[in-house]
Amino acid sequence: MKQLFTLLALIVALFMSSTASATTASNELFARYKSEGAAGFDAERGKKVWTKEVKSEGGEMMSCMTCHSDDLSKEGKHHKTGKLIKPMAPSVNAERFTDAKKIEKWFKRNCNDVWSRECTAQEKGDILKFLLSK
Amino acid sequence: MMKQTNFRAALLAAALLLGSGSALAEDNFWLWLVNFSRQKEVKPVDNKAYQEECGSCHFAYPPGLLPAKSWAKLLDEKALESHFGESATLDKDTLKEIYDYAMANSAEKSWYKRSRKIALATEEGDAPLRITEVRYIKRKHHDIPEKMIKGNKDVKSLSYCNACHTKADKGIFDNDTVSIPNYPDWD
Repeated sequence: MKQLFTLLALIVALFMSSTASATTASNELFARYKSEGAAGFDAERGKKVWTKEVKSEGGEMMSCMTCHSDDLSKEGKHHKTGKLIKPMAPSVNAERFTDAKKIEKWFKRNCNDVWSRECTAQEKGDILKFLLSK
Repeated sequence: MMKQTNFRAALLAAALLLGSGSALAEDNFWLWLVNFSRQKEVKPVDNKAYQEECGSCHFAYPPGLLPAKSWAKLLDEKALESHFGESATLDKDTLKEIYDYAMANSAEKSWYKRSRKIALATEEGDAPLRITEVRYIKRKHHDIPEKMIKGNKDVKSLSYCNACHTKADKGIFDNDTVSIPNYPDWD
């Protein structure tokens, strides 16, 4: 009986630690975005931002999906360099959204590449909420 | 006369002793001079941040492939906002580590043979921003037909070193390690 308890406790602890790592980074960012003026975050709004098409410098229409593919559980491909991008959905790629610094680094780069400006705290929070639900 | 011969013999013995440790190699001019197993190639990347940050988008080109003046231009905070058309911005600490690593291991600071040649080829004139602009690199690839590089769907450009140089990640670029995709018979 005691052994069973230990086993159960171990399983629960493991489960908690694996989900906690995913949420620590994103919770930290949600809190930061709020402190920067964002209100609540909404996955539906995030989806609209993610799929919004804008004209790129080269003239073709672009959105996040241009490189990340329209199926988030699949690999994407960079439209210029051809670099393969691992799936964004945390359900198939557990490494996603576990590192706040990395998330911020790519938000900064990619918003600038697609929209020629940085994303607002509100946009970033909504996108993050949307991606976390995948 | 005898004394001089002895002295020479002693010098040679000392040189052989020093040169036998290849781990010591290439760190400075004197070790390079007495090293009999000279490093023929390019020093492979041995910095984690450099490997990870540069390598997350493209082949992490060893710093010994360009002179310091080129790295200074490329790894500038402002310049990275449009790095060959893409934003490659980094936080200050990471950028400093990568910048310092590239500067310390640039072509003219290295005693590896290919780096010496690149240093020589870029000594004068403007700093090249692309490795493919370096005279030595151009000359080395001069006689490869265009269809094997640009016209080759699995290569596409000279910039993808590791498409053909199978040991590029180890800093090895000699002919024996080249394998051009779709052209197995090329020599």
